[in-house]
Amino acid sequence: MSTQPTAPTGAEPTHFAFDAESEQQIAVILAKYPPERKASGVLPLLYVVQKQMGRQTGSAWIPRIAMDVVAERLEMAPIRVYEVATFYLMFNTKPIGRYHLQVCTTTSCWLRGSDDVTAACKKATGIRAFGETSTDGLFTLTEVECLGACANAPILQVDDDYYEDLDGPRTLELIEALKRGERPTPGPTIDRLNSAPAGGRRVLVDETAAKPQGQG
Amino acid sequence: MVKVTVDGIVVDVAPGSSALQACEAAGKEIPRFCYHERLSVAGNCRMCLVEVSGGRKPVASCGFPISNGMQIFTDTEVVRRARRAVMEFLLINHPLDCPICDQGGECDLQDQAFGYGADHSRYRENKRAVTDKYLGPLVKTVMTRCIQCTRCIRFSTEVAGVPELGGVSRGENLEITNYVEKALTSELSGNLIDICPVGALTSQPYAFSARPWELKRTDSIDVCDAVGTNIVMQARGASVLRIVPRINDEVNEEWLADKGRFVVDGFRRRRLDRPWVRVDGKLQPAGWADAFSLIATRLKGVPGARIGAIAGDMCDAESLMALKDLMGMLGSPNIDCRQDGARYDTSRRDFYTFNTGIAGIDEADALLIVGSIPRQEAPVLNARIRRRFVDAGRGKFPIAMIGAPNADPTYTATVLGEGPDTLAKLAAGELPFAEVLANAKNPMIIVGHGALTRPDGQAIAKACWDLAVQMDAIRPDWHGFNVLHTAASRMAALDLGLVPGPQGRDVAGMLGGGVDVLWLMDADEFAVHDIGPDTFVIYQGHHGDAGAARADVILPGALYAEKPGTYTNTEGRVQRAFRAVMPPGDAREDWRILRAFSEVAGRKLPYDTIEALRARMAQAHPAYGQAEHARLGAADTTAPQPGSVAVAATPFHPVIADYYLTHAVCRASPTMETCSGIYVRPATEAAE
Repeated sequence: MSTQPTAPTGAEPTHFAFDAESEQQIAVILAKYPPERKASGVLPLLYVVQKQMGRQTGSAWIPRIAMDVVAERLEMAPIRVYEVATFYLMFNTKPIGRYHLQVCTTTSCWLRGSDDVTAACKKATGIRAFGETSTDGLFTLTEVECLGACANAPILQVDDDYYEDLDGPRTLELIEALKRGERPTPGPTIDRLNSAPAGGRRVLVDETAAKPQGQG
Repeated sequence: MVKVTVDGIVVDVAPGSSALQACEAAGKEIPRFCYHERLSVAGNCRMCLVEVSGGRKPVASCGFPISNGMQIFTDTEVVRRARRAVMEFLLINHPLDCPICDQGGECDLQDQAFGYGADHSRYRENKRAVTDKYLGPLVKTVMTRCIQCTRCIRFSTEVAGVPELGGVSRGENLEITNYVEKALTSELSGNLIDICPVGALTSQPYAFSARPWELKRTDSIDVCDAVGTNIVMQARGASVLRIVPRINDEVNEEWLADKGRFVVDGFRRRRLDRPWVRVDGKLQPAGWADAFSLIATRLKGVPGARIGAIAGDMCDAESLMALKDLMGMLGSPNIDCRQDGARYDTSRRDFYTFNTGIAGIDEADALLIVGSIPRQEAPVLNARIRRRFVDAGRGKFPIAMIGAPNADPTYTATVLGEGPDTLAKLAAGELPFAEVLANAKNPMIIVGHGALTRPDGQAIAKACWDLAVQMDAIRPDWHGFNVLHTAASRMAALDLGLVPGPQGRDVAGMLGGGVDVLWLMDADEFAVHDIGPDTFVIYQGHHGDAGAARADVILPGALYAEKPGTYTNTEGRVQRAFRAVMPPGDAREDWRILRAFSEVAGRKLPYDTIEALRARMAQAHPAYGQAEHARLGAADTTAPQPGSVAVAATPFHPVIADYYLTHAVCRASPTMETCSGIYVRPATEAAE
């Protein structure tokens, strides 16, 4: 019932150090806080760790040893970093696949067919349940709460990118593309611009309304 | 003061108090789990709900600030129903394992469920189960019982100063853990057991030993360090099963160090329970009469100057007084209580006392620690320093240490240097901290035994005193010169004059054949193997340790749990302990042994009852006749004698090599042995 957030034995690396790219980001982040309040930087720093792990190992997760490094850098007790890292589901405390498939199943997406998206994800990757990683190590499927893009439901978030207005077949296509090593352009997968109406504008189509306000 | 009405009772409470404090002032009991008066307010258990006038819904009284004219209702239908609902939620995931739970009988949840619990559960879903965590050899965890009050997290972070516990994950998956399966590195970890309101954190060594209602409770004093922590010995039959702290805001608040709490399983092991005499090089069991007559025969014709006595670190003041008087009767000036070789000027009491007082730490505004690691020497006192440090706020209570560069004191302390030369620099104003001390209103200097147990100890004490005078820390209303003792008996022994008389020999002088007959009372902490081969050694004590192994006659004495006794803590507070259990076998109270022997030796001590002996103590030192302890300043700033040895440059060394094995009782305790193996030995090995 209760989940142990710790990584399986053997997955935990023995060493972690920030690389040059991360150090550059950290310098920017820490400049935002007064030196005695630098513990505030714990969230962005954990993201830096996760990104670096993704770059270096292909699995964007945060090993415990890296949390210790963050704690040391921010001069805070390691347990305070563990608390933060395990609280937010966006931080992966165990290894994941190369692509992190995050299906939103909250009301709007569910009403608009997130079940089909989930089924397609499972079919294309061979994953049987949320939280699992595919046997080829490419995909991890996670169920997430509202991603805040209800106008474009249903959503599949792949790593940091939103793929919107999906249905089963388009999800299959997307995953096949990922398997081929491609990264399709994020955004709506149907004919629409961002969250503008599908099929073009439907209201305020006359010319006066098209003019910017205050110039009419 | 703010006027608040609680259930129609008008009370005056300090501004800034919480509604819960107002209710307590009105004598209303508010149920609570997460609220603890010595920890920060978390407000997450919701058990302390009350109704407040003008409020639309019940409020958590622990975190609700009072205002003038506020009306609080603690016993309305709304409050009762709200608390019952909270209790139902708490019990949803709490296992029904009270019959096998060690907290049973003293469990807050159990007790409050009587008031607010339902007789059945409406919850049909699966209960949550949590894996148990490893927190070291002292604290046992059954985490499924945890109700996430976070008292343990707040205790370890705020009081103990070792932020190692936390809550990971969230929602239903929240777990209290240290995340790394590592033993808690605190000398105060046993207090987690006391503050846990349920059976999630219980005592590992005491597991499944007894139920609280079976135990006989006796007030006592902890003698594992010199803080004089107030404790309760809880005994069933002939054995003390556990020790818990007693509240005394002046001394230990409600904390107890791990050694004082878990040493209890050493009480019945390796005990001396009958007299022994050495016949042909081997110890043979004997009767009291044989042992006494053997000593009396051996003493015959030995001049007083060739007789010596050494008193140990755990003796009660009564037996110290009796030993001192016995040596006086035998005409011996050779008596010493300073097994560690510490040097003091004993001509005035404030030369060897923690004069500021433990409660006085709360009023100090700068602290210098010389040759001491309070965290190991007096963990509870260290927690007080830490509390002052935290309460004062960032940079308001500057602390500096001389010596102990690698110790983690649990607060931010600047290490100024490692030896006495730093002290000289400070006096000369060469270090910035000199200015901090000089600007402080109530500066404190703590001199530890890392400084006093050196040949130049007295000179260092004088240097510290001079520095205190220079910083205006010794005034009629404030005394900032403090000696932190490590031995529980030391203050009483110094008060009662257990130091060598004129031409008397100290501990070192009695070794190597310095005396012909040597009386050891509980004394194991000196170079026992340096006693001259021809010296006749009498060991009076409770545990078969170094001293007993060398003895020619062993007189079985009583442990601090087995005798009524008076103990003086490092601040000079005279406190009384009572007898929890009887000594095992033929063992007797120590002062009675000395009194009985004095009769056999033909030099009868003039007291037959403990009251008469206590009257004699009051006559020897006025502090033992007073009921109250008062902290005093000093108008006389004359410095203590510097001694004959000039200050050397060698750095201070810690006096405690292994916190868990400092005396004979903890060396007999399997729990302390385990702790030493887990906490101390790996560190020592890594250092080598």
